[in-house]
Amino acid sequence: MGITLTDAAASRVSSFLANRGKGLGVRLGVRTSGCSGMAYVLEFVDDMNDDDEIFEDHGVKVIIDKKSLVYLDGTELDYGKEGLNEGFKFNNPNVKDECGCGESFTI
Amino acid sequence: MALLQIAEPGEAQAPHEHRLAAGIDLGTTNSLVATVRSGTSETLPDHDGHHLLPSVVSYSEEGILVGQQARERATTDPLNTISSIKRLMGRGIADVMSLGEQLPWQFADSEASVPRIKTRAGDVSPVEVSAEILKCLNRRAEDSLGGELSGVVITVPAYFDDAQRQATKDAAKLAGLHVYRLLNEPTAAAIAYGLDEGADGIHAIFDLGGGTFDISVLRLTRGVFEVMATGGDSALGGDDFDHAIAGWIMQQAGISNDADPMIQRRLMHAARHAKEALTEADSTTVVMQLADDSNWQGELDVETLNTLIDPLIRKTITACRRTLRDAAVDIDEIEDVVMVGGSTRVPRVREKVCDFFAREPLVSIDPDSVVAIGAAQQANQLAGNNPDGEMLLLDVNPLSLGLETMGGLVEKVIPRNTTIPVARAQEFTTFKDGQTAMAIHVVQGEREMVDDCRSLARFELRDIPPMVAGAARIRVTFNVDADGLLSVEAMEETSGTKASVDIKPSYGLSDNEIADMLRASVAHAEEDRDLRRLREQQVEAYRVIEALQAALTVDGDQLLSAEERAGIDAHLNSVIESAKLDDVDAIENAIKQLESGCEFYVERRMNAGIREAMAGHTVSEFESSEDDSK
Repeated sequence: MGITLTDAAASRVSSFLANRGKGLGVRLGVRTSGCSGMAYVLEFVDDMNDDDEIFEDHGVKVIIDKKSLVYLDGTELDYGKEGLNEGFKFNNPNVKDECGCGESFTI
Repeated sequence: MALLQIAEPGEAQAPHEHRLAAGIDLGTTNSLVATVRSGTSETLPDHDGHHLLPSVVSYSEEGILVGQQARERATTDPLNTISSIKRLMGRGIADVMSLGEQLPWQFADSEASVPRIKTRAGDVSPVEVSAEILKCLNRRAEDSLGGELSGVVITVPAYFDDAQRQATKDAAKLAGLHVYRLLNEPTAAAIAYGLDEGADGIHAIFDLGGGTFDISVLRLTRGVFEVMATGGDSALGGDDFDHAIAGWIMQQAGISNDADPMIQRRLMHAARHAKEALTEADSTTVVMQLADDSNWQGELDVETLNTLIDPLIRKTITACRRTLRDAAVDIDEIEDVVMVGGSTRVPRVREKVCDFFAREPLVSIDPDSVVAIGAAQQANQLAGNNPDGEMLLLDVNPLSLGLETMGGLVEKVIPRNTTIPVARAQEFTTFKDGQTAMAIHVVQGEREMVDDCRSLARFELRDIPPMVAGAARIRVTFNVDADGLLSVEAMEETSGTKASVDIKPSYGLSDNEIADMLRASVAHAEEDRDLRRLREQQVEAYRVIEALQAALTVDGDQLLSAEERAGIDAHLNSVIESAKLDDVDAIENAIKQLESGCEFYVERRMNAGIREAMAGHTVSEFESSEDDSK
């Protein structure tokens, strides 16, 4: 399993990293909070931690800690537009339910 | 599901706690909104992919139109279509008339100082027109970011005065926007290029827009930009380039000056097209459809273009030279030159600027977007999305702010060089028994005496409940916001009575005047210290006199013999007399004499007071109540 990126997501991550001028890759994660259990974390990575795993897809390094991987295994990171708004989406097969806005979820 | 952005390490926000912020370049001709997403700052397009929103509002039969749709109505419905409203922001009717411009609108006759334009939708003020543009940008930002904005940074020209800035803030308020702060346009451009993170130094911002030219000289000191001088020409811009090219086409194609509006519009279009083409190419073919539907075709090369626009560019360079002189800065002291405004894309402009400043200007950021991008970065910082986790040092308070206390002394509440925004409070009390009002005199300056400082405002706190002198607790709060606007509030804490005033402290003060005020405070330091000591002693003398006279009226006759009374009066008189003179030691001495000479009287008063309090009670009652209190 692991984590994959769509073409759109990979090209956006690469260009954001290039604009930022530094960073090893992008970190995916979860943390407990939000209105319905878990919330996604999406951050640039400057430093790795000991319990991090790395997946590489389309030349982009995706970094994820082992605990988060339990909740995200099989996730595909996508980039899309909804009207004028654009941003990243987690297509996470583990999700059973999510709050109305989709910012948090339960498995 | 929700769309996410990539955050800085450790900065990912909890769901529903995103603080969305945007920067707005509210321009004379065009406006823009920008934001920082996934670490990248960018301007936001509308549904059709256009980033620039023409700053035009049209009050049509179908409702209010903003932007491109409004601009298209400029010729068909000129009375209800308002453009370049920024020129009228914060201006009075008299100012507007003296702008000397032909304004196509009808102004409503009114007593109010603000001009109101007659439209189909009723009379509208410049603030209301600007608010429509801001609302439109706000909608675009909220649609693009998927949520409500927590705040915005709006840019204004460096030369905008307080009234113009306040009008801009009012427009934002009307549009339902929270303004973190207003930012000077040249400062925003400098921030976009990250000059604020660089070494201290002087930078020039060359801003040639569609219809205006501004040159600003900024000095960066420890992360704070200070505007040293501004200059320019409010009627010079890319549109003049187009006119020059149009003139050439007319000459070449044999079009007369009184051609109909349709031909005029085609001319301007062809001219603009040629100008833009020559940014990349060395020559371009100009095609012009004439009145008889035949086509004229001609070749415009860069050299011809340059001879057409050189006189206009020369004007900008003259303004640069003058502004540098105003700032007392030599060309070789300028570290960087930032290019702003679409017209700086013209290669000849870059070339001439490069020649004048003897360095390559900064052009890597789109000159149309650079101001909005700097504003967006600042907004992102102020929203608390700062990756470094530290607040930018934005601005400082140039002179101390304080208020007048008894004896004409200044009590400083916010010392100079405090970084703003800041709020400080201090407690004051009443001077006389039963005092029910207090005059608050807000002053600015470094000197110890009110007379040597600059008076900013006076207001009164009334309805203080009558109490003995010194019992009332009056909390005076000074609040300076990020734009340097000061508000002062006084509140009596037991009753909650309040009074307040808003002031713009640095309004009308030039840097030189501020420097003079600072120098004077150093030069007069000793003198001021002695004067302060004297005044404090005098205030003390008056307080003693006041208290003693009050006591004597109450029980002087019962407790004192005529002889004793005469002795006390003598002491009292010597204090009164000494307080009129300027001898600190004499006053101090007289007060001491009075205090020792009155000791027996004070003792008798206390005894009398205790007797009165204990009358009708037994000693044991006091003992038990004392036990209770333990």
